[in-house]
Amino acid sequence: MRRFEMIARSPVVVALFMALAIAGCAKKPINSAGDLGLNGAGSARPGSTQDFTVNVGDRIFFDVDSSVIRADAQQTLSKQAQWLQRYPNYAITVEGHADERGTREYNLALGQRRAAAARNFLASRGLPASRIKTISYGNERPVAVCDADSCWSQNRRAVTVLGGAGS
Amino acid sequence: MILIAQPNEGQKPMMKMIRTFFATLTMLIAIVAITTMPARALVTVDINKGTVEPLPIAITDFLSGDQLGANITSVIAADLERSGLFAPIDKGAFIEKISNPDAAPRFEDWKVINAQALVTGRVTKQPDGRLKAEFRLWDTFAGQQLDGQQFFTSPDSWRRVAHIIADAIYQRLTGEKGYFDTRVVFVDESGTREKRVKRLAIMDQDGANVRYLTNGKDLVLTPRFSPSRQEITYMSFEGNKPQVYLLQLETGQRELVGNFPGMTIAPRFSSDGQKVVMSLLQDDGSANIYTMDVRSRTTTRLTSTSAIDTGASYSPDGSQVVFESDRGGRPQVYKMGADGSNPQRISFGDGSYSTPVWSPRGDLVAFTKQSGGQFSIGVMKTDGSGERILTSGYHDEGPTWAPNGRVLMFYRFPPGSNSPHLFTIDLTGRNLRQIQTPNLASDPAWSPLLE
Repeated sequence: MRRFEMIARSPVVVALFMALAIAGCAKKPINSAGDLGLNGAGSARPGSTQDFTVNVGDRIFFDVDSSVIRADAQQTLSKQAQWLQRYPNYAITVEGHADERGTREYNLALGQRRAAAARNFLASRGLPASRIKTISYGNERPVAVCDADSCWSQNRRAVTVLGGAGS
Repeated sequence: MILIAQPNEGQKPMMKMIRTFFATLTMLIAIVAITTMPARALVTVDINKGTVEPLPIAITDFLSGDQLGANITSVIAADLERSGLFAPIDKGAFIEKISNPDAAPRFEDWKVINAQALVTGRVTKQPDGRLKAEFRLWDTFAGQQLDGQQFFTSPDSWRRVAHIIADAIYQRLTGEKGYFDTRVVFVDESGTREKRVKRLAIMDQDGANVRYLTNGKDLVLTPRFSPSRQEITYMSFEGNKPQVYLLQLETGQRELVGNFPGMTIAPRFSSDGQKVVMSLLQDDGSANIYTMDVRSRTTTRLTSTSAIDTGASYSPDGSQVVFESDRGGRPQVYKMGADGSNPQRISFGDGSYSTPVWSPRGDLVAFTKQSGGQFSIGVMKTDGSGERILTSGYHDEGPTWAPNGRVLMFYRFPPGSNSPHLFTIDLTGRNLRQIQTPNLASDPAWSPLLE
């Protein structure tokens, strides 16, 4: 019987892992008006990211385990589509998210389904689908943390991000 | 009475090759000693009974000139104790002090403290710098030796020798292969819930020797061990392109799995390590299952649905795949041929079922179940019958099998924090144990027995 270590304990190899893991540094996401430290809605320059986030609304919310675009979400997405047609230079990524009350892999797929539903709605309002990327973060990026639906309902969301994903 | 063989010349080329390959590589050589075969009933642990009284076992400090003998002994004792099948006896109760581990012990001294089994041993430094670790396992009531082996290793692999010895004891007394000389790859979590930093990490199954494989810059999820190589597959959000990767643990070499137009998630190896099965998230919101041959790089689509099909896991013989799908509404476990043929639902209980994992023995599927606001870890037969819930809590998720199919590891967090930790539970639903990790930990995946 022969046994031998297959994994080096060498710092050199660990360093190699680290080197390989280093990737482009993601910019900080702008998730809400609060992140922007705004004084008031009126202060946002028309056509700015602030304007979109504050005056249009960058996110929609979903019912439990659902990717159906609710009536309130349809209003928000319609306003988003109008704004984005007025300012056609923005690249758009729709981020899909899920609440924590599900399993990780399923939630990744559910987030994608929500992002796709929002993207399809925007496309139906005249935005070229090719302009809209999607990404899912599953339950990895909650904005509200508590063990109640008051938080989970905020986390079941699709966020329209200007200028690329993970942004 | 007992011959312990010495390593022969034939092992040297292997050693040289490995050292050339990797300067720091450590090496263990085990030579199975000649043991007398029992003619009468000897001490055993029946691990298939519903309830098992842990077997009292005396594990004496291995003789050594320093602390190392006691250190090795404590790792062996901790392994056996955590299995729930053995009750190491407090050293303070020992009557005989072992001074010559080659000689038969005074069995009466051990029977009187109810030690059904006794372990003795010695660890010595070799002239070439290696350690030699020897042990003997004795049946005190039958008055005979059950096992005796010796191992050579580099000094920094002393914990590994201890795990190998614990596996030998476990196997001799239960008749099942052990699982102590194994590792676990997992996701180390730190930071607040909103800004959680996740790093791939690997450790011994008892939580020792934690090492980090990524630096936390990119979100990483769901690592899985190859059953045949020192290789893992996992998911990374690197470059905001969430995809499945392969990572060679020996070399650090990393590569993308396949060339897919969307996110790929939920990777898992086939049991021969030749395929990675995963889900592709598509623009229409569907998730379908694909498999990629690691050698030829060819990808094959296994499901075509507008639903979410994910969490695929191969049977050990590679002929079938279990997966979760919400094609019927809520997520349930389905089974299909490895070519995607004849998918059929197998879970029919209340609630929803996800993360199915085929057991290494092939007879069971472990799963995460959500029902009544609780998350549970359970097992069912591969036709969906005989469901048994092993443990339940606010959030228990993601079972992974020990290579012998007797123990499951999963992660759990209580209400209030999303602060996950790793736990193990026996297939019988007994012996829930937390694995100590430096930080929060999730997504564990058990390695095969190391070679």
